Amino acid sequence: MTAPASVAPAIVARGERIGDGLDAVMRVVEVPMAALQRLLGAARMPYVFILPNMLLFTVFVFVPVGLAIAYAFTGGTNLLIWDRPFVGLENFRALLDCGSYLEPSTCRYNLFWTAVHNTWWYTLLNTLGTLFFALVTALVLNRLTRGRGFFRAVFFYPVLLSPVVVGLIWQWFLAREGLLNGFLTDWFDTRIIFLLEVGWSRAWVVYVSIWFHMGFFMLIILAGLQAIPRDIYEAAEIDGTSQWRQFWCLTLPLLLPNLLVVTVLLLIRSVQVFDEAWVLTNGGGPGTANTFIVQFIYQTAFSPDLRLYGLASAASVLMGIALLVLTLSQLWLAKKAEV
Amino acid sequence: MIAFLTRTRHPGRFDLTDWLAWGWAILGTLVVAIPIAWAVISSLKTEAEINSFPPALVPRAAQTITVDGQAKPLSMWVRTMPDGSEQTVALVRRIGLSATVLDPSKPDETFRVPVAELRQLKEFHLQFSNYTEPMKQFNFLRYLWNTVFVTVVATVLTLLLNSMAAFALSKYRFAGRNAMFALILSTMMIPLSVIMVPAFMVIVGLNLADNLWGVILSTVSTPTGVFLLRQYMLTIPDDLIEAARVDAASEFRIYWRIVLPLCAPALAVLAIFSVIWRWNDFLWPLIVLSSPENYTLQIGLSSLQGQFNVQWHYILAMTVVTLLPVTVVFLFLQKYITEGVASSGVK
Repeated sequence: MTAPASVAPAIVARGERIGDGLDAVMRVVEVPMAALQRLLGAARMPYVFILPNMLLFTVFVFVPVGLAIAYAFTGGTNLLIWDRPFVGLENFRALLDCGSYLEPSTCRYNLFWTAVHNTWWYTLLNTLGTLFFALVTALVLNRLTRGRGFFRAVFFYPVLLSPVVVGLIWQWFLAREGLLNGFLTDWFDTRIIFLLEVGWSRAWVVYVSIWFHMGFFMLIILAGLQAIPRDIYEAAEIDGTSQWRQFWCLTLPLLLPNLLVVTVLLLIRSVQVFDEAWVLTNGGGPGTANTFIVQFIYQTAFSPDLRLYGLASAASVLMGIALLVLTLSQLWLAKKAEV
Repeated sequence: MIAFLTRTRHPGRFDLTDWLAWGWAILGTLVVAIPIAWAVISSLKTEAEINSFPPALVPRAAQTITVDGQAKPLSMWVRTMPDGSEQTVALVRRIGLSATVLDPSKPDETFRVPVAELRQLKEFHLQFSNYTEPMKQFNFLRYLWNTVFVTVVATVLTLLLNSMAAFALSKYRFAGRNAMFALILSTMMIPLSVIMVPAFMVIVGLNLADNLWGVILSTVSTPTGVFLLRQYMLTIPDDLIEAARVDAASEFRIYWRIVLPLCAPALAVLAIFSVIWRWNDFLWPLIVLSSPENYTLQIGLSSLQGQFNVQWHYILAMTVVTLLPVTVVFLFLQKYITEGVASSGVK
């Protein structure tokens, strides 16, 4: 009985001490801010509040956007914009100089067009694959009456991992001495060096991306599914509608706006593929089989022997335009979905 | 247990679609878990075990024995003799296809046997030195410290600056408010991959290249954070703020003492996301940081993998260390994270 009585005052005292400490810190910040308010007047205080944020956005986003366009029209290997000669449309002309756009080897910068082709195929397969698996998983989770929270957590977990971790985990899984090759040896008496074969490595890059990001899109689709009112299904049940028909005639049409938004979001993300593919394939290999547009920009700008900032920026601007079109169509679709 | 597992929407009916749904969920769980589990298991194997094929499913190490008269511990082998009987021996040395072995019970008599008759004895063993060695051999502790520094500082600044901007946008009417809000939201549309070259030039211009502050400052203001906090602050009644103003509280005091404490749930969600974002950042630190003593974990890890002699036992251990904090955060705050993603569509 004595212990609580003797401990309680100590805790209270410690709490007060911490409170006093915080108070002191707060006063240190409050006093100059109150003085600032007397100087500027209360009406100008919102500008003070928003200033730091706007300053950082200006320096790290708005200025770079302007600079990216400016860079695209300059040449040379100097980093600072005022040291760079103006070359007009030369960078764009170089990038777009192609015998045939379907055949990267006929282009002046064939690596750029290889990257465009790779990105195009990746985007197509990754979007379709992720959409399929995310939709089916969301439908499954929506159906489960038990364990939904657990499975939702399991499927979402990879989303939180870092691209480097994901790339390394899968590189180890697919390695020459990896688990998959262990099973292949056991069952088929064969070994495949997955990441050194063009076809296999491309397939695995798409697969790992789906594995990595599927949970995020599944959550969005699941939220859309749970927004569909239950009584519609009850009515269908009373009418004796089969589950298959319920899916095609009720769920899918009601979910369509949600799915369209997810699809465009997927396209936007897929076009920017870089991190996990770069780590998984040791920098876009084998050869250039998994070199994507962002990697082309990164290498063209930052490889010590290239430093072609203008060319990289021109490629950035082209990709930015593609992303802008996709983003605007997403906003348009999202607005339509709300109505 | 069975009753619990077979409970369905229609009591007493467990039809084909239920079977398919459970099958998909369980199969999917395996697909998610196996590669991660394999990395964790492998991170506890010895270097010899990691390079041996076919791989063992549990971490093992060679069984050894200390024998009188031998300087080093000897590895244990099973010898299958031509008549089919087995004998446990210790390997002294191995030359070509024959080996010199001894019987541990008679340490003085060595004899030669063909290697083909020997099979190594292994025992369960967890190689924890994979986790401790990189701390000494590489700058691993340095990477860890850099990452913690970037994550903590960037998160604190994100909470502070974004909540200030959100406060201004939600609780005041001033010229240019809507334009500024639109500008902040528009930055969501500009991914780093489009502006990385000029953003790096800005960093060089500010003399922040190869500096952790260059990594931190450009990530501090997030449109997601401003948006999330603004929406939350809109729900705080204005009467509260008016009452404080009547009591002659300064505007900053209102923000600091009234609005901020009331925003704790939204701040917590943003803090969770910020920690995960900054811990996992890859492309931007890769561009900004160039000397190894400034590397973050992610950059350090990816640079080790590119080296000529890939030491997978260390890389895997460091991979596990890197994924551990995010996993712990997720285990405890899973509900808030999935709900935050589902309701706001941010990641």
